[in-house]
Amino acid sequence: MEHVADSFERLLEAWRGQKGNVIPLLQKTQKLRGFLSNEDMARIARVTGKSPAEIYGVATFYAQFRFQPPGRHTMKVCHGTACHVNGADSLDTTLKMELGIETGQTTADGEYSLEKVACLGCCSLAPVVMLDSEVHGRLTGDKLKKVLRKGKS
Amino acid sequence: MSAVTELVVGLGSCGIAAGARQVHEALLAELAARGLKVPVTSTGCIGACHREPLVEVRTAGGRFLYGDLDAGKARQLVEAHVVGGSPVQELLIPEDYPYLARQRKIVLANCGVIDPESLEDYLAAEGYQALRKVLTSLTPEQVIAEVQTSGLRGRGGAGFSTGLKWSLARSSRPGKRYLVCNADEGDPGAFMDRSLLESDPHAVLEGMAIAAYAIGADEAYMYVRAEYPLAIKRLEIAIQQAKQKKLLGTRIMGSDFSFEIHVKEGAGAFVCGEETALMSSIEGKRGMPTLRPPFPAERGLWGAPTNINNVETYGNVPYILRRGGAEYAKLGTAKSKGTKVFALAGKIKHGGMIEVPMGITLREVIFGVGGGIAGDKKFKAVQLGGPSGGCIPESLLEVQVDYDSLTATGAIMGSGGMVVMDESTCMVDVARYFLSFTQSESCGKCTFCRIGTKRMLETLERICGGQGRMSDIDLLQELALKVRLASLCGLGQTAPNPVLTTLRYFQEEYEEHIREKRCRAKQCRALIRYRVIPETCTGCLACAKACPTQAAVGERKKVHTIIQDKCIQCGLCFQACRFDAIEVLTGPEAAAVAPTDAGAAEGGAA
Ligand SMILES: Cc1cc2nc3c(=O)[nH]c(=O)nc-3n(C[C@H](O)[C@H](O)[C@H](O)COP(=O)(O)O)c2cc1C
Repeated sequence: MEHVADSFERLLEAWRGQKGNVIPLLQKTQKLRGFLSNEDMARIARVTGKSPAEIYGVATFYAQFRFQPPGRHTMKVCHGTACHVNGADSLDTTLKMELGIETGQTTADGEYSLEKVACLGCCSLAPVVMLDSEVHGRLTGDKLKKVLRKGKS
Repeated sequence: MSAVTELVVGLGSCGIAAGARQVHEALLAELAARGLKVPVTSTGCIGACHREPLVEVRTAGGRFLYGDLDAGKARQLVEAHVVGGSPVQELLIPEDYPYLARQRKIVLANCGVIDPESLEDYLAAEGYQALRKVLTSLTPEQVIAEVQTSGLRGRGGAGFSTGLKWSLARSSRPGKRYLVCNADEGDPGAFMDRSLLESDPHAVLEGMAIAAYAIGADEAYMYVRAEYPLAIKRLEIAIQQAKQKKLLGTRIMGSDFSFEIHVKEGAGAFVCGEETALMSSIEGKRGMPTLRPPFPAERGLWGAPTNINNVETYGNVPYILRRGGAEYAKLGTAKSKGTKVFALAGKIKHGGMIEVPMGITLREVIFGVGGGIAGDKKFKAVQLGGPSGGCIPESLLEVQVDYDSLTATGAIMGSGGMVVMDESTCMVDVARYFLSFTQSESCGKCTFCRIGTKRMLETLERICGGQGRMSDIDLLQELALKVRLASLCGLGQTAPNPVLTTLRYFQEEYEEHIREKRCRAKQCRALIRYRVIPETCTGCLACAKACPTQAAVGERKKVHTIIQDKCIQCGLCFQACRFDAIEVLTGPEAAAVAPTDAGAAEGGAA
């Protein structure tokens, strides 16, 4: 933990005084910690010379930022146009049933977070999901279950 | 047969998602096991995304493109073609493959040909020659004149004249000015900019450097979508390489011109694709659009004059400066010059990233390049321009791809998303889909955009949910007009387009939903019922295994049934059945099997 705290301090120092540093600081903090805590946002406010309310206002504007720790794995279901017309909704149904959670939630064991994403830009492989950083395409309910099972092992 | 000199693997995002890395590894392993020294290199998007993973085999005698590969086929390729010297015919994509043969590549000329992480490759493909020519022999005014002659218009959606935009920025008040590249690419169903950045990042950087010289900027920001990690990585590599070779940075190529580029990662807000919102976001604020004028050319980033263009717009610039504006203007129509890149997707047989000359008809794109509809179903509509665009019906397929003709249909050219829809796509559901997108992406500043899109969405959900009223159609028209007129930025102004175009061309589908509770595409869950066809059911239990709610039940080798009041109409049983033994009912037939108290189920089409 100490290590992470040190990196956070270094991050703040590296960006102190730079033009347009708010969003990069929020992004890098989230990369480091997994989410944005009130304490971290307050520190970012001090370093950037803004109020905590302003920082919170910026962070909540953007879909990327999370305010709760995510699961160990993040499953993002693509809801781009091509995925929509090729059955993204039924992938959602499968995942909700398999994981027992709704979009935006994390499983009780902290294993999976389920999210939706506007478009991953892999439209020719629709419908697709992204598990952590890997895209899986041309999915059906069955194939998706296999992806999940592989992720678990 | 000449010996194989190189194997090139397409490693764009789509290729990787389809398994190109495994193919890459299999090639390396097989060559190593056989003690062969043939180099295996990588390239970006080859464009034939529907045949990914793709590998090009290069020999002194020509190039052979292989598609639909996996690790096993990759080993077969090594054995037959590299060792044996004869191409594997059944895996080969023929040279006259219509998908490839009918395109005209200017922006994408290097995509899938060069290694995007190699500056040498780009240089060998005439790279940075346009910049050299500009810095050694042209004044900024001459550069702008050349771009004006080319007739290039912005590829980000609005189609504003690029030369004119540059001249406005150039003639703005003196002092510090910025250049911005819009790589936010927020339209769902669009991936042109991502592919270009992943496949030929230097071309965009070169275009930006030329633009910066023309308007007098020394600093630029590229605002790239956060979901595009590979594009960001390759851009950063390219910027590093260019700096080392003095193609970017201070005193470029020994001239007086200095130019530096920063990459900014977006944070996931569609509205940030709008230019004023994008600049607020770069400044570290909430990405809310502001009123124009002042336009960015007068007051942009941090108050300084700023020129903002789309990725593909910059991607056209090196060609224009190399070959001349007049040469470029030979392509296209009177008012729309050059080519346009499209992301062809949806129910299309051959989808992928394509580049076609302006003036080509939609029919030629969809049926010529794209090979028509997958599964040979019936074409219904093509959606252009994403949430700001519209759906064009079959009767208008002879329309030319140019800014003005497409706008006349009620759709727009847009940034290049082209999603094809067939008879199994519900047009009311498509309108609902786009409205739910714009409604959730509205920044909330303008009342009509914030609340008007919400009311429109509720109305569409009601219709898809089987609760629609005939007066809803007029209500939608009225709201559409108000949202369009009373919104500050393009998001709200164009949000009604998907509704208006589907009402214009497919009103009968709305009416069927309302009057007959019928969804002819069988997509709206509240209006459909699944039923087992007893004569065809083999009792294999596949549907029962797939069903998430234990609605599909039965014993092995006995006819199964679907318990209607447990069924959520998710369609997984239908997908799982290999004997076509499940049918989908809609309208009165669906009502006849529905449990009596269920009425129209909650949740609508979602
Ligand atoms: C809601 C909204 C989203 C937009 N998204 C994008 C985008 O993702 N990429 C883009 O290049 N332009 C987008 N635009 C258009 C930009 O505001 C701007 O017109 C464009 O970047 C100008 O570049 P161009 O002249 O080269 O097309 C969007 C506009 C609106 C209103």
